[in-house]
Amino acid sequence: MIKEALNTVSDLWSLMVGLRVTKDYFRAPQVTVRYPWKAVSNIATYKGHLELVGGKTGKPKCISCGMCALACPSNCLTVVKRKPPKPTPEEEQALAEAKAKGEKPKDKTPKDPEKFIYDFTLCSLCGTCMENCPVGALDFTGSAYLAGYSREDFHFDLVQLLKNQAGLEGMDASAAPETGQSEA
Amino acid sequence: MTTYQNNDHLAGDFYTQNFAKTAGEGNLILNLGPQHPSTHGVLRVVVELDGEYIMRAEPVLGYLHRMHEKMAEVKTAAQFIPNMGRVDYGHALGWNWAFVGAAELVGGIEVPERAEYIRVITCELNRIASHLLWWGAYLLDLGAFTPIMYAFDDREKILDILQDPTGSRLTYSYYRIGGVAKDLSADCIRRIQEFIPWFRSRLPMYKDLVSDNIILRKRIEDIGVIEQEVCRRFGATGPVARGSGIKYDVRRAQPYSVYPKLDFEIPTSNLKCARGRYDVRMAEMEQSLRIIEQALEMMPEGEVLVKGAPKPSWKVPKGEGYFAVEGARGKIGAYVVSDGGKNIYRTKLRAPGYCNLSLFAEVSQGTILADAVAILGSLDLIIPEIDR
Repeated sequence: MIKEALNTVSDLWSLMVGLRVTKDYFRAPQVTVRYPWKAVSNIATYKGHLELVGGKTGKPKCISCGMCALACPSNCLTVVKRKPPKPTPEEEQALAEAKAKGEKPKDKTPKDPEKFIYDFTLCSLCGTCMENCPVGALDFTGSAYLAGYSREDFHFDLVQLLKNQAGLEGMDASAAPETGQSEA
Repeated sequence: MTTYQNNDHLAGDFYTQNFAKTAGEGNLILNLGPQHPSTHGVLRVVVELDGEYIMRAEPVLGYLHRMHEKMAEVKTAAQFIPNMGRVDYGHALGWNWAFVGAAELVGGIEVPERAEYIRVITCELNRIASHLLWWGAYLLDLGAFTPIMYAFDDREKILDILQDPTGSRLTYSYYRIGGVAKDLSADCIRRIQEFIPWFRSRLPMYKDLVSDNIILRKRIEDIGVIEQEVCRRFGATGPVARGSGIKYDVRRAQPYSVYPKLDFEIPTSNLKCARGRYDVRMAEMEQSLRIIEQALEMMPEGEVLVKGAPKPSWKVPKGEGYFAVEGARGKIGAYVVSDGGKNIYRTKLRAPGYCNLSLFAEVSQGTILADAVAILGSLDLIIPEIDR
């Protein structure tokens, strides 16, 4: 009988202990972030979509070798190589002379890709392309707020994207997502 | 004139019709799921009810089947790693490890020691995150809303830590064949060191807030008693087996990586009921903290990826191997058979949740419907992992 009463008291006490925790946290400062007005500060290490890394001249470091497209588990990359430029008549003459001498003609095709098509709808952000790039021309952006109205908004041409970032051409809203702004 | 009326939708599908054949007179057949909040996804359980008592229950699987094993046959070993993060969103790194470990076993690749320690640290952090997710969601099932807020506050800190090396927050694809993708930064290590004492101070709070609470105790004590014999028969592992008093943990039973060097205990409970499984998971979080603490101290400097690590075009040498790791839900296994070709010939994934769920039919017999939901939650089911 006494034991039962004591049990009831201890049972009730367990509820009071729980309420004390609630009271402590009721007065504690807010831990969440009011999102549209404030953004979280921990997205620096977040992996967003892919981007091409620019070299010193602003052109992409990429050498169009296609290792990334080969390594990609979900086939979301397509590298379009540049066509060799049409030789001028003088060059053609030089080429013919070189051929007559038995020299191999130098490949003057620029190595950077004409197009680097990236389908973000397929990408699972595993980083295999990045690890297999021989020149380190790929990187992840930290863009966590990418949004679009249609499927096509997530098909990027990364060469164009790099140009846009360098400010060479007009900004394209869908192609250059804004990164987190702390205050609005 | 009679008008044709299609009553097919009332007859039920194959499973219901098959199930109904042996149903008792006047009993009700009810579908729990596939879109029921307490099943955490698309698990469907067909139950036969007599009043509120469950006469029979039959889980129906396959609503979330994504043919991961088939996909392994059309990808090279390294290309398959991202899939493993998607099998189980709760403990993605455990699955990463199982497959990578099996590929390393067949390929005979040594992993640098630092990478082994990093794997232990990240895997254990992921285990804590997984248990916290279960804890919050389980109490949500039982009708307590606020605990998930406390759990996610802590879980968020782990996700922030894991985001640094892995770059993602849920579906990690971090381990590579022959090591890990990225070293832990000094900032990341500092944050883990800060997290350990902080989380230790939170565990008594969990105890005060929920574990000792009389309402929870009355709710989960003595329901869903799983005998050891049942566990063994169905192949249950992880906290489900340990909650019944079976001291089985892959980290000790089939030691892998650097776990033999680490000092930790395997918490078990002899209660055998839902409360036992609850206690085991709470104690496991504490043990995981101990493991992380020791691993951080013992972690040597050096490479994190072995020199000449396999490229995506790497062909797994001819042979076969099985590698098992201890996941948050039990024994995760990957069995890899290679014929030396471009892709792996066959990959079999052993999901702990599948075995843990299969004993539900037996355990739920004779309980009331409300208790069945509590039992289902105590098994810690993650449906994508069960269906694969």
